[in-house]
Amino acid sequence: MAKSEGQLTWKDLEIGLIVTEPGNASQYQTGYWRSQRPTYDFNRCIKCGICQLFCPEGCIEQNPEGYFEANLFYCKGCGICARECWTKVVGMVDEEE
Amino acid sequence: MGKKVGIEVSLAVAEAAKLANVDVVAAYPITPQTHIVEHLAELVADGELDAQYIPVESEHSAMSACLGASAVGARTFTATAGQGLELMHEVLYVASSMQLPVVMAVANRALSAPLSVWGDHSDVMAVRDTGWIQIFVENGQEAVDNVLCAFRIGEDKRVLLPVMIHLDGFHLSHVIEPIVFPEQSEVDQFLPPNQYPFPLDPSKPVTMGDFGPPIIYSEAKWAQEVNLRASKEVILQVWKEFGRLFKRYYSPVESYCTEDADVLLLTMGSFGETAAIAIDRMREKGKSVGQVKLRLWRPFPFEEIRQAVKNAEVLIVLDRALSFGGPGGPVCSEIRSALYGQDKRPKIVSFVGGLGGRDITVDGFEKIINKGIEISQKGSEREFEIFGVRE
Repeated sequence: MAKSEGQLTWKDLEIGLIVTEPGNASQYQTGYWRSQRPTYDFNRCIKCGICQLFCPEGCIEQNPEGYFEANLFYCKGCGICARECWTKVVGMVDEEE
Repeated sequence: MGKKVGIEVSLAVAEAAKLANVDVVAAYPITPQTHIVEHLAELVADGELDAQYIPVESEHSAMSACLGASAVGARTFTATAGQGLELMHEVLYVASSMQLPVVMAVANRALSAPLSVWGDHSDVMAVRDTGWIQIFVENGQEAVDNVLCAFRIGEDKRVLLPVMIHLDGFHLSHVIEPIVFPEQSEVDQFLPPNQYPFPLDPSKPVTMGDFGPPIIYSEAKWAQEVNLRASKEVILQVWKEFGRLFKRYYSPVESYCTEDADVLLLTMGSFGETAAIAIDRMREKGKSVGQVKLRLWRPFPFEEIRQAVKNAEVLIVLDRALSFGGPGGPVCSEIRSALYGQDKRPKIVSFVGGLGGRDITVDGFEKIINKGIEISQKGSEREFEIFGVRE
């Protein structure tokens, strides 16, 4: 997609809204849906990865230091990672804060 | 040019689909449309038509199968009526929104309850806003011609929309008429093979019918609206080309004896021919009457309607459907809104009649016109008149 969805005019749309580029759902920023975002206290993290296993979006990956972190482009802020985290690394805060 | 044959109009519609060399027919039988798909099933079973015939379990499935067929680029045809059209309802929007050029003949039928298999336009009016191109025909020849035109219009790359051909149930579908069928070679010349630009193809994958979040839905709907309105130009071109080749001419609004007429009657569908006889009779008696026939229902021909009625003093609109609790017949309310902003416009009188297969005779049309003239002079307490109800 040359333009982001917010820039597309009705003239830019393919006939019948057909999507001609396979796999372009990855360009869809589901992070817009979020009302809360995860926060991290990596001092407590044991790198067990249970947050990644439970993430329904599959948007949690290991950062260069090996800590597990959500990709905020996709994270919808459901809070499941915070609930499942054994060591209380992950917290949730409102987006306005 | 082919020769004239006597044939039931339903069978003629099936023969037209055969001449169009359809690839897929998915259909479910329902009165008064059954003979169309029955004859197509015969043509396929007898090897006269090389097509896939999908006998489905409902009209919802019929239209869904048509979407799939059309999506791979197959030339796709179906037919239905009344309750069947209602059962297809949600899928109709998908066909138009996904721009799949399915062609469907609708043998117009009243809706239940009470159960009625007979003709009126209740089914049409319920699918008015589904985004399909919708064309009304008045006789069997027009049905055959417009089924052929429908494929050419719908499959045009500037259009890519599904098309309904409305023919009145029983009054048209079950009568035997003399019809001229064009030769196969002539049809092949008029109707090139369907070349859908993005057919489903594993070697070139596309996604169809994806979801549209709030950020894109309005743009998608506006694009659809602009496209349906713009299709009128192509419809006009196709009818012109058809006329050039076959010497039968069609236009969105057709006028009969309107040039000098003070009073006009507007009809849609097969009642037009009976009404025309009433017009002839009244003119013989010196009455200044004429007739307007609305052929193109969607996209609505605003300019053509305004031109056709601009010199009249009274316009009587006959609807064959009720808009319960509404402003009168659905066709009449659209005509009213099309004319409301005009500086010079006729007085409009709304009639509803011919419901559930009730005939309106030549005498009946004379009564409607005379009563309409009276109402235009004296006014009426009612939003619309219902014709022929026993009180």
